[in-house]
Amino acid sequence: MTSFPWAPGFIEGNRPQIVTSRFQYEDSFTLERYLATGGYEGLRSALARSPQDMHEEVRSSTLLGRGGAGFPAGVKWGLTPEGVYPRYLVVNGDESEPGTYKDRLLMERDPHQLIEGCLIACYAAGLSRCFLYIRGEMALAQERVAAALNDAYAAGYIGKNILGSAFSIDIVLHWGAGAYVVGEETALIESLEGNRGMPRLKPPYFPAAIGLYGQPTIVNNVETLSNLPFIATKGAAEYTAIGTESSPGTRMVAVSGHVRRPGVYEIINGTTTFRDLLYGEEFCQGIRDGNDLKAFVPGGGSAPWFLPDQLDLPFEGRLVGAAGSMLGSGAIMVMDSTTDIPSAALTLTKFYAHESCGKCVPCREGGTWLMRILDRVVEGHGTTDDLDLLLEVGESICPGDMPHAASADLQLEATPFPYKMTTICFVGPSAYVPVHSALTLFRSEFEARVAPSRSRTRIPVTAVGGDS
Amino acid sequence: MARLTDANVSIAEEIIARYPRAKSALIPLLHLAQEQDGWVTDEAMRHIAELIGVTPAEVLGTGTFYEMFKFEPVGKYLINVCGTMSCALLGADDLMHAAEEELGIHEGGTTDDGMFTLHRAECQAACTEAPCLQVNYRFKFRATPVEVRQLISDLRSGRLDDEVPPHGTLARIRQHIPADRGVGAVDPADVTEPPAWISAASQGGAS
Repeated sequence: MTSFPWAPGFIEGNRPQIVTSRFQYEDSFTLERYLATGGYEGLRSALARSPQDMHEEVRSSTLLGRGGAGFPAGVKWGLTPEGVYPRYLVVNGDESEPGTYKDRLLMERDPHQLIEGCLIACYAAGLSRCFLYIRGEMALAQERVAAALNDAYAAGYIGKNILGSAFSIDIVLHWGAGAYVVGEETALIESLEGNRGMPRLKPPYFPAAIGLYGQPTIVNNVETLSNLPFIATKGAAEYTAIGTESSPGTRMVAVSGHVRRPGVYEIINGTTTFRDLLYGEEFCQGIRDGNDLKAFVPGGGSAPWFLPDQLDLPFEGRLVGAAGSMLGSGAIMVMDSTTDIPSAALTLTKFYAHESCGKCVPCREGGTWLMRILDRVVEGHGTTDDLDLLLEVGESICPGDMPHAASADLQLEATPFPYKMTTICFVGPSAYVPVHSALTLFRSEFEARVAPSRSRTRIPVTAVGGDS
Repeated sequence: MARLTDANVSIAEEIIARYPRAKSALIPLLHLAQEQDGWVTDEAMRHIAELIGVTPAEVLGTGTFYEMFKFEPVGKYLINVCGTMSCALLGADDLMHAAEEELGIHEGGTTDDGMFTLHRAECQAACTEAPCLQVNYRFKFRATPVEVRQLISDLRSGRLDDEVPPHGTLARIRQHIPADRGVGAVDPADVTEPPAWISAASQGGAS
């Protein structure tokens, strides 16, 4: 259990480390330190075998994408259509999901590990140019990655005929400019093409078929790629020995909010429970001021909320999904008993309403409606009708059953993830998720806030034409 | 206001050359323009349009989508106080009030001397270090209202000039691909074959 002044937020423990092994060194971001600690050995090992072999190694590691959807990286690489070239790698370093930060630390503290991961991915999947897209607001990460790229080019690890082989690749650093939705992979590609960052219509569901400049494109998250040097050096067997069969390896998880020791932890995937994380001595050491836990968001701001009832669930995608939420980007936000639930939900709904790109009407209009209605409820100007109206607007973004957690107190069974959606991407639903979770699990707090409705005829949001 | 300077045009040309299609350089060049002038001027947008072969309206259309680009002058220091969940739970409002009082402006405003602009920002990816803020995208972690006042006074007096460059400057280190090492960007329309190491591998061994 150590923290380092040069890596604020990160807390090391006595656990296997795959991606944070160099955080203990103050100069972890330099080429010298990287080479002194096994750096670029994974690249050498990859180049010593065929691309197909390397791809197979990653496939058998079951390395799951760390951006949010949790799709296996080796499978994703295999979705490119045969015989179509050139193919590109786009690195998603546009981390902006509320509660999440791990990619920023990985870029600031170990940029060469990310670069090596990009090289291994390009080699294995036959990708001939790499674009490393870093969120605009991360000035230090941009500086560290730029310096690392310059050093790696000079030392012959990037560019023409890498380490004397036939493998040649450029890695191009690209900065974002502030737009959450660009984290969606097709929006990321639009942004990289110089356009407004709006998600593309699906299908195709994966840009692996048609992506950047209409070419097959793999989009991988920073943390995902940072795992590759370990897999290339030590092999899939050593990787899958950590964690569980369905969720191997480790994960970076940020726990923030009302805990005694908020931090970013590299945890063993699939087995560590939320109780371990929130209350464990080596993790967050309990709720601040000895307060009770009220609720927590288990997987970034887009995830449906959990109650103390769910504390014993492990950090495992399928189990968390069945319990009504998702692991998303590895971010837990904790609310203690002093939290005003409607206000907390409002901060998240505001975020997603603000970040709507405006392409889909249910999100553009619905998100703003949700925000305004919730705002007047929080301010004490709402009526009981407003609570139904929130659900009605939500229904137009996410029709049908919404996932939510079980509650023994409320005698409520869980509804499993995912939701249905009327939008292209998850930004619209994400504006509704906190409203729905808060209203489902803490309705009495809202009811205490609102006045009874005056009797008047309300026009339903969904009514069109007809007999009115 | 200004078109890009000659020095910045050479930087721009180097950036454009990295992409298979020039329009991809649009956002990086807007950053370059903002670094030059502190905000994005109409003249700079016209110049960028010429450099990458699009209309000025396309530059404006793309640029206005992104939060970080400012199309009117802002303060030398842009203070972004995070207001999303973890920061909100741990006192973001108190930081905003302290900043408003110290600067004598409201959220969204700029001081008369053009030194400071104050905004509420969305999640800055430092949630365990809440409440946090950024000055020109440089972090201040676990801030208190007292520290916010001190920070403003330090910025005012120039004591932080080395750590916090003026608004517009992001990374102070640029990527540079040496001419003898770079592979170079190729228009995708001119490529149909698999890359060399894939072809080599199918004939037995990449290296």
